[in-house]
This record gives sequence, C-alpha cells and structure tokens, in this order.
Amino acid sequence: MAIELKMPALSPTMEEGKLAKWLVKEGDEVSSGTILAEIETDKATMEFESIDEGTVGKILVAEGTEGVKVGTVIAMLAGEGEDVSAVEAPKAAETTEEAPKSDEKKPAESGTANLASDLKTARDPELPRGTNMKTSTVREALRDAMAEEMRRDDRVFVMGEEVAEYQGAYKVTQGLLEEFGPTRVIDTPITEYGFAGIGTGAAMGGLRPVIEFMTFNFAMQAIDHIINSAAKTNYMSGGQMRCPVVFRGPNGAASRVGAQHSQNYGPWYANVPGLVVIAPYDASDAKGLLKAAIRSEDPVVFLENELVYGRSFELPELDDHVLPIGKARIMREGKDVTIVSYSIGVGLALEAAEKLAEEGIDAEVIDLRTLRPLDKETVLASLAKTNRMVVAEEGFPVCSIASEIIAICMEEGFDNLDAPVVRVCNEDVPLPYAANLEKLAIIDADRIIAAVKKVTYK
Amino acid sequence: MPKAKTPVAEAAAVEEDFALHSLQEALDADKRYKPSKEELLHFYEQMLLIRRFEEKAGQLYGLGLIGGFCHLYIGQEAVAVGLQSALDGSKDSVITGYRDHGHMLAYGIDPKVIMAELTGREAGISKGKGGSMHMFSVEHRFYGGHGIVGAQVSLGAGLAFAHKYREDGGVAMAYFGDGAANQGQVYESFNMAALWKLPIIFVIENNGYAMGTAVKRGSAETHFHRRGTAFRIPGMSVDGMDVLEVRKSAELALEYVRAGNGPVLMELNTYRYRGHSMSDPAKYRSREEVQGVREKRDPIDHAKAELLAMGVTEEALKEVDKRIRAQVAESADFAENSPEPSAPELYTDVLVESY
Repeated sequence: MAIELKMPALSPTMEEGKLAKWLVKEGDEVSSGTILAEIETDKATMEFESIDEGTVGKILVAEGTEGVKVGTVIAMLAGEGEDVSAVEAPKAAETTEEAPKSDEKKPAESGTANLASDLKTARDPELPRGTNMKTSTVREALRDAMAEEMRRDDRVFVMGEEVAEYQGAYKVTQGLLEEFGPTRVIDTPITEYGFAGIGTGAAMGGLRPVIEFMTFNFAMQAIDHIINSAAKTNYMSGGQMRCPVVFRGPNGAASRVGAQHSQNYGPWYANVPGLVVIAPYDASDAKGLLKAAIRSEDPVVFLENELVYGRSFELPELDDHVLPIGKARIMREGKDVTIVSYSIGVGLALEAAEKLAEEGIDAEVIDLRTLRPLDKETVLASLAKTNRMVVAEEGFPVCSIASEIIAICMEEGFDNLDAPVVRVCNEDVPLPYAANLEKLAIIDADRIIAAVKKVTYK
Repeated sequence: MPKAKTPVAEAAAVEEDFALHSLQEALDADKRYKPSKEELLHFYEQMLLIRRFEEKAGQLYGLGLIGGFCHLYIGQEAVAVGLQSALDGSKDSVITGYRDHGHMLAYGIDPKVIMAELTGREAGISKGKGGSMHMFSVEHRFYGGHGIVGAQVSLGAGLAFAHKYREDGGVAMAYFGDGAANQGQVYESFNMAALWKLPIIFVIENNGYAMGTAVKRGSAETHFHRRGTAFRIPGMSVDGMDVLEVRKSAELALEYVRAGNGPVLMELNTYRYRGHSMSDPAKYRSREEVQGVREKRDPIDHAKAELLAMGVTEEALKEVDKRIRAQVAESADFAENSPEPSAPELYTDVLVESY
C-alpha cells in the first residue's frame, strides 16, 4: 500500500507553508529519519522527516511552491515490494481537507480558529492624506519599529530569550542581531525574574531597554520587577528616578497550548498605576505604538498576540510612524450599537459588525489600543451616540477590561444607556487543551452578534 | 581509596582554586587600609553621623513621628562607610534594600532631607512619597532604597549592564542581606553578571539574622562568600566591623572589577544592634550576645581607639560628637517642622508623560 506524504503542521498555529526544497528525488530509497524536504513556515525553515521505509514515488508538489495547505499530499512513497511507477497520485479532490478519505479522521480544529479573521482594517483616518500604504505583517511591523528606534537612539537595546541568534522564538526580532550586533541584541538565559530586573535596572541607569518575554505567561516569574520595581519607582522617588523600559511579547490564547500558555494579562497590568499598557491589533498600530512605547519616559507593558503576528495589514510608508499612546481608534463607524474591544478581539468585532450590517444593525467598533491610560472619552462619546454597548475581550471575564468599561459607563455614561452594557469574554475556566472544549471556551463573532442583539432588543 | 589525581588535573584544580580565592588571599596577606589621620577621622565622623542619626530616627519613631517600617543601620556603619569611601562618586553607582539610611549618609547626602522623608514631609528626598525604604538620589548615583527582598540584586546587575553598555568605566555596587542571599533571582543575576562580565560588586551584609531567622537556621551554606563559586565569581570574607579592612577589601574588589574581570562577591560580616525593624523586639537572640558585640567589636569604638593612638585628643573627638549631635538635632527639627506634602502631590509622579 503506497503511503501518502502530507504537508505537516510544524507549529501550533501553522495552516500553510512553502515547500522550500526537496532533499530526495523520485526513486530514492528512504527510511525512518531520512530528511525528505525543507518546509518554510512564517516563522522558520523546518525539516520534514520520513517515518516510513520505502521508495520515493511521485513528487506532487514542486519545490518552491508557496501556500501549501497543511494536509495536502506532497509526494507518494512506495512500500517494500511495490512498483514505484505504479504508485498513483491520489485524485485531486482527496488532497483537500474538505473531502477526507472515508477511513481518515478530520484533524481537530483548534478552538482558536474562532479567532481567525480575514477582515482588513480600514485605513486610520488620523494618517496624513495621501500617505502611501504597503502590506506588512504585524510581525514585520514590530521588528521595523524596534529597528527604527535602535537606529535613532543608541540607548535602545533588545534583550530576551532567543532574541538574537535564534532570530526570535516567534521571529519578531528577525535580522536585528545582524544589523545591531550582540551588544544591542542580547540573548539571555531562561531567567525571567533576573533579566526583567536587569532590564529595569538598566532603564534606571539611563538606557532604553526593550525586554522581550517569549510569552507573557512567563512574565509571571518577573511580574515583581514589572510592578514593584518599574511601575512604582518614579512615584516613590518623588519623580526623581524614571524607568523607561518596554516589556513586550505575545499575550493571550495561542492555539492548543493549554492553560499555562494561554492567558490574557491585560487586566492584570492595567490594574497598576505607574504602568502604560498597550495592546494593538493591526500592523499600523503595532508599529506606531511600539515606537511610541520605546520613546516613552514611562515603563510600558506592550501586549502582542501570537495569532495576529502573521496577519497582513496596510501599513503607512512614513519615515517616522509614531502614534499617540492613550488614544482609542474608531475602526468602523456606526450608529446603533458600540462594540469595544482590543487586540485580537478587534478582528472578531469587525467581523460581527459586517454580519450585523447585513441584518440592518449598524455597529460602531472601537479598538482601545491602550489599556492604561484608558481612553474613556472615545468610549463615552460613542456611547452617547449609540446608547448601547458590548465589550468583546479574549480573556477571563472577572475583573477584566470589560468590567472596567462597564463600570465607566455606569459611573459616567448612565444617562446615555438604553440597555445594560454586556460583556463577551472567554469562559471563566482555565483554557482547556481539547479542541472542542477550547472552541467552547474562547469568544467568537457569533457570541458578539448575540450580545449585540440582546442590547438592541432584536 | 580515591585514585590520585593526575598532575595536570591537579594543576588545573589549583589554578581554578586560585582564581576564585585570589582576592581573599590578597586580602589575607594585607588586611587593613592604612589611612592618614584625616581620613580615619573622616570615616569616624561618617560612622558616628549614621549612629546618631539612626538613634534619633528610633526616637522619632517612638514618638509617632515616623510611621510604617523603619530599619536601622546601627552596628553596621563600617560597611557602607568603608565600601563607599573607595568608590568613584563621579561614575560608580550604588543600590541597596530597605535598610538604606546609612548608605545615603555615607554618600554625603544631606541628613535633613533623609530625616524629612522619614517623617513623610514634602521636603523629604522623595517628597514624602517613598518613606524609609524608598529613597533615591540620582544626582549621587544612589538608586535606592528597594523594599522587595533581593530585587536590588537584579536591578544592580542592570545598573552594571548600563555601565558596560555605555563604556563609562563605572562599577555598580549592590548591597543585600544574608536573608536576601537565599532569593532565587540573586543567582539568576550572578549567572548573567558572570556570563557577561558585568562590572558589579555584590555585597552581602551578613548581620547574622534574616529578620528573626539566624543564618544557620535558614542557609545551607552559611559562608556566603562561597556562593558565587558555582558561577566562577571570586568571593571575599571581610570583617564588616572594621572600617579599614572594609576599605581595603573594597579596593581589591574594585581593582579586579575595573580590569574587566566581571563580578566579585563580598561577604561583610557585621551585626545589627537593634531589631530587624522598629517593631521587632528581637527575642530570637540574647541580650548577652548583643552586648558582647557592642563591647568587643563596635566599629566606632574601634576607630576611636585608633584615632587616639594616632594622637587625636579626647577633646577633639568630643567636639566631633557634639557637632554631629547638633547636626542630627537640626535635621530632626527640620523633619518635624517641615510641612506635609500638599494634597495635589497625591497625583503627581505617577507617570512622567501625559497621554
């Protein structure tokens, strides 16, 4: 029986990749452990290894092919005693996920598929008219922000686990070592508490550190320095000792990585006076706000999202694209209801708004962008216009940013409310691993739509 | 019977041993700094200022003028005075924990603004918003004043990182106690400081007690100067009650660090006469133990005897004491009579910028 070699998923979030190079050719004998091909994901080039013995039959996907979907049959392998030339390629229909062979199980879809969104954000009206735009991933935008600030100010350096030689665990720091060298792009041992302290101390000593956490889940080991050392020192010193450090890295649920690697810490940091907390969604905001964060005299927690790193957006081609901290962005104007969100939730809010428009409900979507200081004015002005609000947040519901927005609306916007503000958050449980449970736990556009209908009494 | 080592292995072991113990050996060979009369008099004055200042702070605490936590440095004066006298104030930096009054006074920071911080007044060095544990002087490169046990060790490594990054020739000195020496981040910092050869002197002020826990009850390795060995950081064990030995050891450490060799770990064996903080009755040790140290090892008595032997008169020393008492009384007066911060100060200095 011939074996189908399928495009493998080489990371929890990989959906497609480039077949960069075949390392075997038709007719080659292979055994388990033979490297068959090199496959490029958006993060890295990985080797694809055989687990079977046999002879390479037909190669179905040529090297250099981009966008090969996970699960696509890329070659056939003839088993012992089989005639290689007789090994047939499967019919085209069978190569897609939509039509699995009857004896095969469909691979489990991650719960974070809920969070996927192809919607492109509208151009930021704040940008100067006539600005040229180019397409960029959030990952590239973040890297460019750091590189530009490092060129501009030699006090800026990047430190963290795997940021230099490995080019970043999520490839956000790709190329920085090459341009800036090892004194400014520094690999640390796996010691979050220690290097968060070193970064904070270096900021106190006059430098501009950008400290990368491989994920914010690991920053729990370092939270003492973020809060007790970085956030409070300016106040405790009567304004004498500043701490201009940026802590950045991916935050929130990733894909099927279980409870310890899947939490949104936005509300935790937003609770602390003395910190600036930023959580951008698209590439333009990621770049413009990271540049602003690096220039800020205050300690900044900059929360990125792994699932958004690879998404492409329009990015303005400006020499110095810096955005104001503390300003929300109206992503879509509407008159019937306001959906407030931030980070990955913005994509879902926009998707929900499109579907609602088809049903005649005109939703305004606000991306908070900065969680502390929170742009209350924009939220309240929108509430005054629409009189109804839903807060969508990929994170736990209790003591959340959503809770805060609701409190603000009660305290300062009560007279403008035509319905109670409703929050749409993840379920109040540690994030489960099982695909179906994960899907149940995480917010999606449908839940936002249901909440909007509730507050608009539709 | 273990096999005899080969000559090569033995030589390597000896060399390694030498690298890690070379500073200790240099100190043992010539333990004490040889001061001029004026220098020793200056050390004496500084130590006395710390002692009298802290006694007064204790008194003000008792009167309710100082609140919260207040950790006195009485007994440990020779450590900050001896070490900081060897630093180059124009480029070196210092950071410590919450027992920080002495380190500031040793840097010549005005006792009035320190005392006014203790009483929570606007004229305090942190505008009254920091208190006893949170004082800073960026002007003097004194970076606090940190309340979380051990945090200053990583932060100090960060200051050292900044010195190295800027190539300014400065050395960071990070003080911490025998209690903090058991915190995990201390070893994370040791590792990175040694790995990157950061210009830092780690100073363990071993006063025998981590709050109420005697060193031997909380530490598997009680010889703290050995704790850098796993990271190839040379250690020194120093009599922290002798200001001249402290000064000498600081010079050896600074020479080593300034030469680009990376960190040094110093253990300063000292003793605090008072409780951990003002609210600690210190029932975990006997009165005799405290009295014994006071009588036999007191750093100020020790320096005084040497000054007398050098020909300084009793009268001259009495004058010094009088002058310092007056200075401390003046600072207490200032601290009691300065206004409290105005209410709008509540909202200043949270963030530097407006967003």
